[in-house]
Order: sequence, then structure tokens, then C-alpha cells
Amino acid sequence: MSLPLIVLLPLLGSLVPLLSNNRQRTLNAWSTALLPAIALGIVIAHAPGVISGEVYHFSMSWVPQLGLDLAFRLDGLSLLFLLLILGIGLLIILYSRYYLSPDDSMPRFYAYLMLFMTSMIGIVMADNLLLLWVFWELTSLSSFLLIGYWYQQSEARRGARMALAVTGMGGLAMLAGFLLIGHIVGTFDMQTVLDSRDLIQADPRYLPALLLVLLGAFTKSAQFPFHFWLPHAMAAPTPVSAFLHSATMVKAGVFLLARMHPALAGSQLWLYIVTLTGLVTMIYAAYFALLKYDLKGVLAFSTVSHLGMITMLFGLDSKMAVAAGLFHILNHAMFKATLFMSAGIVDHETGSRDIRKLSGLRRSMPMTAALAGLAAASMAGVPLLNGFISKEMMLTETLETGILGGLAWLIPVLATLGSVLSVAYSLRYVRNVFFGPEAQELPKTPHEAPFLMRLPMLLMVALCVAIGLLPALIVTGLLDAAAQVTILPPRPELHLAIWHGFNLPLLMSVIALAGGVGIYAVRRKLFAFQRQFPQRNALMIFEHNVRSLLQWTQKAIDRFENGSLQRYMLWLIIAVLFLTGSGLLDLTQLRGPRQLQALDGLLIAGALITILAGLGTAVLHRRRLVSLMMLSVVGLMVSLAFARFSAPDLALTQLAVEVVTVILLMLALFFLPQRTPKESSGARVVRDVLLAAGFGGIVASLNYAMLTRPLDTISGFFLENSVSGGGGHNVVNVILVDFRGFDTLGEITVLCIAAIGIYKLLNRLRLFMPSSDSEGRPWSRDLHPMLLGTVSQSLLPLALLVSVFIFLRGHNEPGGGFIAGLVTAVALILLYIARGVDWTQQRMSFQYQPIAVVGVAIAALTGLGSWAFGHNFLTSAFGHFSIPYIGEIELATAMLFDLGVYLTVVGATLMILANLGKLTTRHRPSKENEKETV
Amino acid sequence: MEALFATVTGFLAASGLYLALRGRTFPVVVGLTLLSYAVNLFLFSTGGLTTNGAAVIRDGVDYYADPLPQALVLTAIVIGFAMTAFSVILAMRVRGDLGSDQVNDQRGEESKEDKS
Repeated sequence: MSLPLIVLLPLLGSLVPLLSNNRQRTLNAWSTALLPAIALGIVIAHAPGVISGEVYHFSMSWVPQLGLDLAFRLDGLSLLFLLLILGIGLLIILYSRYYLSPDDSMPRFYAYLMLFMTSMIGIVMADNLLLLWVFWELTSLSSFLLIGYWYQQSEARRGARMALAVTGMGGLAMLAGFLLIGHIVGTFDMQTVLDSRDLIQADPRYLPALLLVLLGAFTKSAQFPFHFWLPHAMAAPTPVSAFLHSATMVKAGVFLLARMHPALAGSQLWLYIVTLTGLVTMIYAAYFALLKYDLKGVLAFSTVSHLGMITMLFGLDSKMAVAAGLFHILNHAMFKATLFMSAGIVDHETGSRDIRKLSGLRRSMPMTAALAGLAAASMAGVPLLNGFISKEMMLTETLETGILGGLAWLIPVLATLGSVLSVAYSLRYVRNVFFGPEAQELPKTPHEAPFLMRLPMLLMVALCVAIGLLPALIVTGLLDAAAQVTILPPRPELHLAIWHGFNLPLLMSVIALAGGVGIYAVRRKLFAFQRQFPQRNALMIFEHNVRSLLQWTQKAIDRFENGSLQRYMLWLIIAVLFLTGSGLLDLTQLRGPRQLQALDGLLIAGALITILAGLGTAVLHRRRLVSLMMLSVVGLMVSLAFARFSAPDLALTQLAVEVVTVILLMLALFFLPQRTPKESSGARVVRDVLLAAGFGGIVASLNYAMLTRPLDTISGFFLENSVSGGGGHNVVNVILVDFRGFDTLGEITVLCIAAIGIYKLLNRLRLFMPSSDSEGRPWSRDLHPMLLGTVSQSLLPLALLVSVFIFLRGHNEPGGGFIAGLVTAVALILLYIARGVDWTQQRMSFQYQPIAVVGVAIAALTGLGSWAFGHNFLTSAFGHFSIPYIGEIELATAMLFDLGVYLTVVGATLMILANLGKLTTRHRPSKENEKETV
Repeated sequence: MEALFATVTGFLAASGLYLALRGRTFPVVVGLTLLSYAVNLFLFSTGGLTTNGAAVIRDGVDYYADPLPQALVLTAIVIGFAMTAFSVILAMRVRGDLGSDQVNDQRGEESKEDKS
């Protein structure tokens, strides 16, 4: 049960540093170190069991639908990495305490660092492929934060962005690979996947799965050609680089190779891709490490080179090679962390990282010099240090590979070349920085760093020497345990020793050392040679490519989204034509089996009028008022059609809405140009007519096809349950206020929102008001004709009475809240038209906004009310009541809901029209001028 | 009768669409209104065209018009009004603030094509 704690404690630990402030630096460092130290303790407590061959598992279901479990394991490979991550992590915490300047936020730094540490631990302990991927992406994200820690520097921001882009992209590829593997195996459980080697490799999806997973590993481990992000990640604070590039981040890639080794390795494909990629990376990066002037640049490229070597070892077809790779992971982490820390100390104490400026620092910082020298010697593979042993193993294995057939000798030769370069840049790092004449003109006078800052280096170098002297004693158990889960049986016996006798690998090591010194001696010629080539900055190229990609996508977007509504409509209609048209093509015949109904003269006449009015609206659209009149004819005909086909509720609604719509559009037209200028070209008109005809044809065909096919409706339910369940005989109204009351609530809310939106749009709107119509005739002087005023005033109470009548009977006869609301609104609008806004507002001073809102509130509260009685939202109740003088009537809570609808409709409609009408009365220079002139 | 009804719907849809493709706000609003009539008729007809069907439940009557599309269309009519109102007021606001009643962004290629 303690396994999840190993992940959880550092995760909690990322919150700890945020508790203290930036001034309590020592407290901050120690409190941060506490939880990972406990986690390390738990790991060490498990170590004996793991070394004796046990594998601990913990599993908890997380998202079972996806096959994602919160599953952790602790085996030899996890143990090796956990010791590195937690051990070096703790040392980095100590080192950072002295490295960060008082201006840097220490809590933020530690929080990021702990988050990163957590995600790294998650990767190495994940017992589920998807979980591994989750933590993998978390490392990309948290390393982004760490690399960009000094976000005020553009170099740091851009470096972080590039690292995130490259490793994030690799992570996605890896996810795709994992999904393929999961489909092949049938589960994402790690152990099952690792045991399914034959199943996976026999599947045709093995090739894409392998390539995708390798893409993930190679981007993370900065393998050629994805190595370019790593040197730019050096913009991070040095402790971050020391952690990311020794024990973690980039090691995640090689960890993945080791983890998936039992399942994916062994094929020719793996052998060639992994080995050759590693080899190329190793030599390429070693060459550039030799050329860099920045200390961290040298170390960055040397990291890439050593990762290449580890990758190559995992690729080779010999089992000992994998063990050598695991061993080198351990050794590299130690000497590289030390070297980064020494670079950090040099930078910190001298203010420079430029090899050309630094020199002779051994006098001012002897201990740092000695430690860096030993670590560099280990990197170079000098005997009696740990680096030598793993390098000897590497050289031995390259001799035994069968890859490349007759050209197999190339592998050891190139590996030796890589070692030669490795010796050369290690030597250059130490000799140029710490030896030679004392440097002049450094930004700071160099002196030794605080002891506690050197302590982490001291511990690591001590381990380097100890492993170098007594390899078998110290690491055999650990490596054996790691090899057990990495290498398929039969496993080779691990012989770690300093001395294997005089053999070919030893000769290669000697060549490497001698050659390295030789190359170092002639390095200036190499620099001169390199100067012939134009300098390329990976960051610039990367950003340039990203920019071009963005420009290209922007162009593609602009083609579709060019700010033209007409263009958007065009795309929309073409899509509709295509989709609907292709559906119609699938019909065997347009006409269905249903019996057709007979025509009569009235129907034909009505249809003709509707069609002509519709066409007239379109054809005469330049004369806007005429077009509007035509539109109103269509609206009235539609209303009649509803009446003809047994829908009195719809007919009433349509009639009332038609009146309101036409009044609204006429008011709006008053402020808009009266005519549309002729703009469209002939070709455009032809195109639009064709599109419209096609659209109309498709709508008509669809409608006909539908009308002639058998009707299958669910309305039987409503008809049967309307009286018994909803207490009303008007089924349409019962559906609106009861069965589908929730829909209606949504719709009146939309209505209310639209009205409020219009209210805001009209706010402080200044518009030109014409003083004459489009023909140049002045408006009539008689703004409010006497006759209309009198009639409308006397009609008002009558109309209100009618609306109350329609409202009350709505549940049982045609009518209801919508229609009653519209009738009330029309009556009031008529009054506005007849008497003017000023006159009406003097007499009806209430605001319409609250009415609409109260309406929605009543409807919603009615719905909520049913909760109080333990029913579902909007459940209605009804009963019969006897009222004196009126008699027995039926009352339902649905009526209360309908009242809400009624109020919303009245409020919203008048909010729109009354406010629009107000525009005609405010600021009327034309009218006042007229008065003056008269 | 079915064919005639479908023809009417088709003509209204075509006229509405043609107007919606115009380059000025007012015809577009009128076009959308016309289009919403067509859509309402279409939706309404999904329940079949019932002649002399009962709209209200009465004892002894068993020939009813399909109430469900009616309820849907009823709210659609009201919402359609809200949409028409909103778009026409938006058009007014655009004219007030930008001084133009064109529907295209003036940088758009389409408007250039139109002018040429």
C-alpha cells in the first residue's frame, strides 16, 4: 500500500514550498526536501525485496471505460530510476538553495521542481501504458515551466516553448503507439503487454506502433534529428539543467526503450532503427560538444551524445548490451549532474560561462576544480572511475553485433570515434576552465562556493569513484534486478570488473584516450574548419518553420473566413445542397405509398397567392416597402394554411406575430435606406437564382417525399394522457405548458434574452431620420389621426378582455399564454401607434423589462414549486374548484406556468417595439425645424 | 394536395434564400423571415396535412390533428419573431455605428467583387 505514497508525497511536496515566503530560504529548502526524503526512505525500504527479484504492484481503478487504471509497480528498473530521481533530486534541492539569487522566487522554483519530480516518478512507476503517458505529458508540461523559469528572458521562453512543442508532439505520437499496442494486446496493463511479445510482433500494426513509440522516446531523449531542443533548454537555471539532463527528462526516453524492451525489441526493425539512430546521435553530438564555447552548451551536446550511446546499446542485439545501457544510465546521471553543478558554480562565482574567458580557476576554487576534473574523467572513460567500466562494456558489445553484415566493423570503429571525441571535449572542459593562466576581466572575482553547495558534487563524485573501484560490490544487485525486467530470459551473467585482461576493448579505450588528447591538441584547426560552414541556429529555424506554418493556416482560414456574410451563406448552402441532395438520391422514388388527398379550388388559389407573394418579396426586394407588404401577405397566407389544416392555435399565433413583425419591420425600415441599390453583377444574380432554385427544389422534394410516406407519430401518447395527466383538453397547450414545459421555459428565456439584447442595442443609438419618404414626399403632418386614436383607445379594454378570455380558456380550447400575450401586445402597440410614445408613456409609466423577467421567474418558480411537494421539476397538478357566481372551473398549476409565458411575451414584445418606437420621438430636429418654419 | 403544399414550401424557401444571399441588411432580414415561414410550414407538415381534424379533445371524436408539430411550430413562430427582431435591430445598430447597411466586412473579397 505504500507504493502510491512514493508518487503522492512529492506531489504534496509541490505545495509545501508555497507555504513559506521567499525570505526564509533555508527553511524553504529543508521543508521542501522533507517529503521526497520520506519517499526515498520508502523506496529504500522496498529495495531489498526488489533486488531479490520481487515486483510490487498496486492498482486502483480510475477510468475503467478507457482501460486507464491508477496502477503502480516497483521493479528493478523502477528502483534504479527512483534512486536516481529522488537521490539526485534531493541534492538539487540543496544545491538550488545556494544557486538561486534573492530576486528569484524560491517557492515557485521548488514547486515546479517537485511537480516535475512527481511526474518523473510516475513515469518510472506506471503499471499501465495510458498512465505512463499521462505522466509523460506531465513531464513535458512541468519541464516547460522549469525551462521557462526566468520568463523575463526571451531566450528562456522560446527554449521552453520549443522543448514543449517537440516533446509534446512526441508524446502524442507515443500515445498513438500505445493505443495501437493496447488494441493488439487487448489491455493497457503493463505486465500483460510486456508478456505479449510474440503477439505484438506478429501483428501487422507492430510497425506503426513501434515507429510511434520510438518517436516519443527519441524526441524526449533528444535523439537525432530531434536533438535540437535540448541545447536551447539550457536557458533554464543550472540546477534545473543538472536535474533534467542527468537523471530525469531526457532519461525518460531511454527509460521507455528499456521498459518496452521485452515487448518491442528483438526485431530487425528495432535493431536497425534504434542502433543506428543512437550511433549517429552519439557521434554528431560529440563533434558539436567539442565546438561549443558555452560551458552548458558543451554539457548539453555531451548529454545528447551519451544518450545516443545508451540508445545504441538498447538497440544492439546482445543481451549484455542492455545491461551496459542500464549501467551507463546510472553512471551518466552521476557524472553529468556533477558537471552541470560545477558549471553552475563557475557561472555563479565568476559571472561567465564562456570557455574563451574562463581560465585557471583551480587556484580560486580548488575543490570545485578537483570534483569537476574527476567527473569529467569519468565522462571520458578514464580507468578507475565508473564511466570507464560502462564504456568498456559498450565497446565490447559493439564488437559482437551482427548488424550490417559484412560492414559490422563500422559499429565498433564509429563507437571508438565517439569515445575519442568524448575524451577530447571532457579534456577541453577541464583544462580550459580550471588550468592555464588565471583569467582576467571576469565579471566577478572568482572564489570558492559555499560548502553546502559543493556537498552534492562531493557525494556524487565519491559514488563515481566507489563504483569505479568496486563495481561488483555496489551495483551488481541493482543492475541485476533492473536487467531482470528488461532482458528476456535466458539472462546473461553480469560480470562487473575493472580488469578483463588485455583484449580488443581495452585497446579501443587506449585509442580513445590517446586520440582524444590528440584531437584536443589540434582543436584550433577543427574550429577553423568549422568556421567555413554557415552558423545555424536551431531555435531560429524552428521558429521560422512555426511561423510559416501559422501563416499558411492563416491563409487557409482567410479563404473561408473572409468577413463576407454572402460567402459564408454560400458555403452553408452548398453543404446543405450536397448533404440533403445525396440523401434524396438514395430514395428509390420520390413519391411514397401514402394515399394523396384531393385538391380544391380554394387550396389552389391560396397556394398561388402564397407563391406569388413569396416571389414578389424576392423580386421586388429593392423597393423595400413593397417587399415588406408582400412578406406580410405570405405571413397571412401561412396563417390561413394553419387554419385550413386543423391548427387553430397556430393560426392565431401566426396572425398575431405577423402583425407585430410587420410593425417592427416598418419601424426599422423608417431608419434604414428605403431602397436597395443595384449592386450584384448579372453573374452573381444568376448564381444566386440557381442556388435558391436548387435549395427550393430540394426542400420541396423532401417535403413531398415526407408527406407521401406513412406517418409514424408519438402523438398518440399526448392525445391519450392530455386530459388524465395534464388536466386540459387543448393538447397543444398541454404539451407546451406540461409535457414539454421545460422546452417552453427554455424558449421564453431565449425570448427574454433576445428582448434584453435588443434593449441594449437600442441604447444610445443615434440614427438619421429622414423627413420624407423615398419618393421625396414629406411625411404627413397629422402624426396621430384622431379616428385611429379614438378607435384604438376604445378597443384597448376590449382587446385586453379578449386576451384574458383566450388565456383562461387556453388549457381546454384554442388559446393560451403565447396567443393571449401577443393579443395584449398588439393592443398596446396599436395604442402607441395611434397616440404616440409620449402620450402613452404618460399614462402607462411602467417598465417592460421587469415584466418579461418576472414572467420567466414565475414560470421557473412554478416548476420549482413541484419540488416542494416531492415531485419532479415542472410536474403539474390540477383540480376542480367551485367559485361562486362563475361556477365550477378547473385550475391547474400549468396555468400559473402559462401566466409566466404570457407575461414574458407581453414584456418582451413591448420591450422591443416600445423602445424602438421611442427612437422616433427622441432628438427630432426635423420635426422641431418644421414647426419653426411653419 | 401534398404536391401543392410541397411546392409552396419550396418556393418560399427559394425566395427566402435568394434574399438571404443579398448584400444589404434589410433584404437579408426579410429573407430570413420568409425562410422561417417555409421552415415552419415544413415542420408543421411533419404531422401530416389534416383536414377538419379536431384540435381539442372531445368525447366521441377520434380524428385529431397531430398536436406535437403544432406545439413545436408555435414556439418556433415566437422565437422566429425574436430572431427577426434581433437581427433587424442589429442591422440598425450597424447602420448607426458604421454608417453602412452592407452585410460584408468591407475588407472582404466578396464585396470587392460586387463593386467591380
